[in-house]
Amino acid sequence: MARNVSTQRKLITTAAAWTIGILIFFPILWTFLTSFKTEAQAIASPPTFLFFDWTVENYFEVQSRSDYFKHFMNSVVISFGSTLLGLLIAIPSAWAMAFAPAKRTKDVLMWMLSTKMMPPVGVLVPLYLMFRNTGLLDTRAGLVMVLTLINLPIIVWMLYTYFKEIPGEILEAARMDGASLAKEIIYVLTPMAIPGIASTLLLNIILAWNEAFWTLNLSAARAAPLTAFIASYSSPEGLFYAKLSAASTMAIAPILILGWFSQKQLVRGLTFGAVK
Amino acid sequence: MGSITLKNVSKAFGAHAVIPSIDLDIDDGEFVVFVGPSGCGKSTLLRLIAGLEDVSGGEIVIDGKNATDLPPAKRGLSMVFQSYALYPHMSVRGNIAFPLKMMGEDKAVIDKKVADAARVLNLTDYLDRKPRQLSGGQRQRVAIGRAIVRQPEAFLFDEPLSNLDAALRVNMRLEISQLHQQLKTTMIYVTHDQVEAMTMADKIVVLNRGRIEQVGSPLELYHRPDNLFVAGFIGSPKMNFVSGAPAAMHQAHTIGVRPEHLVLSKERGTWRGTVGVAEHLGSDTFLHVNADGIGTMTARVSGDFAVTHGDQVFLTPDPQRVHRFDETGMAIR
Repeated sequence: MARNVSTQRKLITTAAAWTIGILIFFPILWTFLTSFKTEAQAIASPPTFLFFDWTVENYFEVQSRSDYFKHFMNSVVISFGSTLLGLLIAIPSAWAMAFAPAKRTKDVLMWMLSTKMMPPVGVLVPLYLMFRNTGLLDTRAGLVMVLTLINLPIIVWMLYTYFKEIPGEILEAARMDGASLAKEIIYVLTPMAIPGIASTLLLNIILAWNEAFWTLNLSAARAAPLTAFIASYSSPEGLFYAKLSAASTMAIAPILILGWFSQKQLVRGLTFGAVK
Repeated sequence: MGSITLKNVSKAFGAHAVIPSIDLDIDDGEFVVFVGPSGCGKSTLLRLIAGLEDVSGGEIVIDGKNATDLPPAKRGLSMVFQSYALYPHMSVRGNIAFPLKMMGEDKAVIDKKVADAARVLNLTDYLDRKPRQLSGGQRQRVAIGRAIVRQPEAFLFDEPLSNLDAALRVNMRLEISQLHQQLKTTMIYVTHDQVEAMTMADKIVVLNRGRIEQVGSPLELYHRPDNLFVAGFIGSPKMNFVSGAPAAMHQAHTIGVRPEHLVLSKERGTWRGTVGVAEHLGSDTFLHVNADGIGTMTARVSGDFAVTHGDQVFLTPDPQRVHRFDETGMAIR
């Protein structure tokens, strides 16, 4: 039976939901608006909200000062590369853990997750030295590798949860029907797991795109992605709010659009297994 | 040819022996039902034959060849699962064609065989639907279709009807029996429902705690149960058991009388009792009688026998149909 909710209560909860929503969205909106102001208007007190001289000058200046497309391409290569490489490793691992678990499978999964709880800065120095000695510093390959490793526990966990939902009997039926392991994976497992693989892919692209600690510390000029591009505007030369905002808007726009279009898939992937 | 022989087959999960050791011969073309309570090892035994579980010891011989170490696909068996286990992303056609595709058959052959199977199972109009668009009974038919197109040595059914409602279960039971008569292929059928076992089987294997209690035709088990377990498990309602003085009169530790072998009278008889609950089915009435000094007994009488709660009745066992058991629970013959 549906709960009987009074109109007054509905109004209050609606208002509260909108307030929270706006509070969360406000910084993004403010960044977006500031990117169209002049530097003077950006730091004006009291601040202007909508009524200022709209200008796109910041965007041109940001593009001329630091090459946006070079950083954009680095971000694309690093986020997609690390996610695809991660999936390549995680799919067989998650299959094995979900369908042929051993005595310590749960422990291995917990251990993998526990590595995410370690402060990254704790391993920064050894990793930095390893990168320096192997020539991986400031290379896309190096960043792909490190982001793959950073996000691998999440990829394995997401796929594992998803695969656990696939009934084992269906795979057994395929085996009875004469499918070899390869055919079982190609014709039965993969098509059934595609929604799960897709949401894992999307979430990890977003995570890798937004990752700032390792990308800032292990890149300088050549491999620097959009996170480094934004950071370069909060520099010792002084803060340029309008330009920083323009750079931020340009950096988050692609991933915001991707997230917007794939939100249904993402919600499905993240809540999978939560309700039957 | 689809004869199957189990020689000393055992299965243990860790230290827990699910099946201590089983020997069994299944002849070509037989309809064999494994029946027993939950956890008796019947599904495990079926999965061992299928090759979905590895045996811990012993040998499985299929059609004269040792198949103990063969993978499931190489054993020439088809299986129908309790959950149907259809491929949700494939159409009915795709599901039925899948085993043929795995065998590398030509498209023309596949199309013909799928069409034939669909006709036999009344699925022709549903070939392009996805499993989620079908009813439970139709899904079960697709699972059977997927099993028959391979023309296997034997079919394995793992409680295939337990997800269906009662009416559909009766229909599907009949359809599977008819299919067996048409195909004349060996079928091994696992169920916990003794009615399914009695109505479908040529041979019933009664299992309890991983051991075979008795093997025989349905009527053999009904008329000549080897022990108390089989006597109690086969037949519905359950056989009544009486120990003590009434059993001693028959030179037995325990005697068993089926509800249909108790004669009821309102005037005289061996045991006096009071009617507790009367279940009227129309044609028959099941009476639960509290017999003096014995306990509750179930009697099956004609639906015309007028009796209600609280009435006094007399029960007399048919002396020809009294089953006698010794103190170990084995039948005395």
